[in-house]
Amino acid sequence: MKKELIVSPSPHIHGGDSVEKNMYGVLVALGPAFLLSLYYFGLGALTVTLVSVSACVLFEFLIRKYLMKQPLSISDGSAILTGVLLAFNLPSNLQVWIIIVGALFAVGVAKMPFGGLGNNIFNPALAGRVFLLISFPAQMTIWPVPGSFPPTYVDGETGATLLSLLNDGAGAKLPAYKDMLLGKMGGSLGEVSAIALVIGFAFMLFRKIITWHIPVSILVTVFVFTGIMYIVNPETYVNPVIHLLSGGLLLGAIFMATDYVTSPMSISGMIVFGVGIGLLTSVIRLFGAYPEGVSFAILIMNAVTPLINTYFKPKHFGSK
Amino acid sequence: MLKTFRIGGIHPCENKFSAGGQIRQAMLPERAVIFLAQHLGVPAEAVVKKGDMVKVGTLIGKSAGFISANIHSSVSGKVARVEAMPDMSGYRRPAIVVDVEGDEWEPTVDCSEELTVHTDLDAKDIIKRIADAGIVGMGGATFPTHVKLSPPPGLKAEIIIINAAECEPYLTSDHSLILEKSKEVIVGTALLMKAVGVTKAVVGIENNKKDAIEALRKVKTEGIEILPLKARYPQGGEKQLIDAVMRRQIQSGALPVSVGAIVQNVGTAFAVYEAVMKNKPLIERIVTVTGRGVVQPSIFRARIGTSVQSLIEDAGGFVGNQGKVIAGGPMMGKALSSTEVPVVKGTSGILLLPQEESYRRKSNNCIRCAKCVQACPMGLNPTLLMMATEFGNWQLAEDNYIIDCIDCGSCSYTCPSFRPLLDSIRLGKDKVGTLIRARK
Repeated sequence: MKKELIVSPSPHIHGGDSVEKNMYGVLVALGPAFLLSLYYFGLGALTVTLVSVSACVLFEFLIRKYLMKQPLSISDGSAILTGVLLAFNLPSNLQVWIIIVGALFAVGVAKMPFGGLGNNIFNPALAGRVFLLISFPAQMTIWPVPGSFPPTYVDGETGATLLSLLNDGAGAKLPAYKDMLLGKMGGSLGEVSAIALVIGFAFMLFRKIITWHIPVSILVTVFVFTGIMYIVNPETYVNPVIHLLSGGLLLGAIFMATDYVTSPMSISGMIVFGVGIGLLTSVIRLFGAYPEGVSFAILIMNAVTPLINTYFKPKHFGSK
Repeated sequence: MLKTFRIGGIHPCENKFSAGGQIRQAMLPERAVIFLAQHLGVPAEAVVKKGDMVKVGTLIGKSAGFISANIHSSVSGKVARVEAMPDMSGYRRPAIVVDVEGDEWEPTVDCSEELTVHTDLDAKDIIKRIADAGIVGMGGATFPTHVKLSPPPGLKAEIIIINAAECEPYLTSDHSLILEKSKEVIVGTALLMKAVGVTKAVVGIENNKKDAIEALRKVKTEGIEILPLKARYPQGGEKQLIDAVMRRQIQSGALPVSVGAIVQNVGTAFAVYEAVMKNKPLIERIVTVTGRGVVQPSIFRARIGTSVQSLIEDAGGFVGNQGKVIAGGPMMGKALSSTEVPVVKGTSGILLLPQEESYRRKSNNCIRCAKCVQACPMGLNPTLLMMATEFGNWQLAEDNYIIDCIDCGSCSYTCPSFRPLLDSIRLGKDKVGTLIRARK
């Protein structure tokens, strides 16, 4: 034996999964929604997404290199993903400098100070979005109306989202179901089409990037809760299907709440987490001052995640 | 729907290059190194000394405790020395070194190939023969078989489960053994049933070995069910196999017989057949030599004490950039630092990985994706246990059942951040185990 042998403890093989594969997998899953947003919002969607992604990547690069003085982490894809998710939560006519402020908050406050990917408590993209919503309420709540093809960035008509219509009372003029499924309604650029988001969900399930537990428990909870309210008082409350298809619910349930870092680890914990988000979302939507509650609900449940992890452990072999 | 265990599990690439291959007799070594501890428990005591002549099957080490096993010479010749030799971990352990001369067997051993089915021995005699022959669990755990067949008072076995899952990738020893010795395996199973006084046995075998399932079903089997299982790792873990077959989960710290099961490896069943019917002690075993680092993946019947190096040469030698040599499978096997170590009773395979398959990737932060939690067949939270170990929080580790880890490696295999989860958990488990024993 001339050459030395390599020695290490078992296991000696690896399944080949990686952080990058998962991150880029989520990006692919966001593809259909992105394409539709280009179709509906045109240049606006492209501009917002490009600015958001570049800003997130740049801030992560600068912080990592000059403040943390650690090896770069751009290639793991998480900064790109944060950028895309942030963009998906913004109106397509938002001013560029506001987007940059949002990216700075997402990466510079919600993610990197905790130690970067894996250590953050709150979903960075959502934290950025909510920061902008509170800081720039006017700019964050006017949306261009999609559908005028080819859409233009500068002179797009602006209109209210479905949920802000709902908040004004059930009698307001609502878009048809078909438009809601395809996304022909006002809203942030990634949230408008239910079908595109569900296709992304199916892709992520197929690739085993996420499990079904969190999204399904959120959606079922919202459906049941708003359904009960609708049965009790159909005059005031809209039917639960509209709640499922509107606003950021699907985007939040499928892509934001399932963020690995900020969601629980056990199946039972995931369900508790999902039900919590569903309840909070419904309560904020039905009784709160804000028209949309998904972002707040997810962030609140992010904060509860460590507690959920403590009390809802994986089902242990041999336990009754 | 095929049966399988109910918690966790993974499906690694099978890479069974040598599947269905014929078992070849390995070359006789020129010098055999036979360890006195090839089993879990107390090492055997040497009963020969330098200069003694031994034959194949001569008792050279005597069981030295309740959990211990006899050791027999696997070759004939002269005892060169009785001293410590490096084993697969690199530590020196007491061994008997025999210079081989010819191949002369003890006359008591029946060397004929003829199938023997009937015996007048009762349960006690069967267990005694198994103990005399030095049989231990052939799946790799090497727990003395006669001890396992004698449950502690108050516990009664209902069923024998024969573990033919062979869920480790690459290895195909059990597969070929079944193809060539299906009748003997079934007779061995019947002997095990008689030994513990049960009327039911189940052979659990992964469905990726259809020809072996077929071969076993062709043998007339009273009370023995051949049960195909889903190909899923670790199907052959004792607790997982019992769960798959019986839908019963052993509680933390309890013995398999607490749910009425005694599990024996298919190789053990064959060794039991040879011991009881042929009076042949455990002096050889089936070893798969495989991997992309070897010229001709092969399955050998090798004498205990044959060096790993000579088996590799028998299989055509190394090919490509030599990386790792692993005793056992890729999930739970031990990487060797030298190939000049002998085959022992628990060596199910020798896996040669080329250099490009031998390095781990650099690990990153845990992203809390919970894929390790979903993979763990014991329902543990590997990343939490790793953290508890790193912080030295032994209470946290114990409260989260670190002791129940079965070392299967599914967590490290799955981790997208390449974290060495099992490395840490092993350390933590060791520490917590020590603390628990100290409390008693």
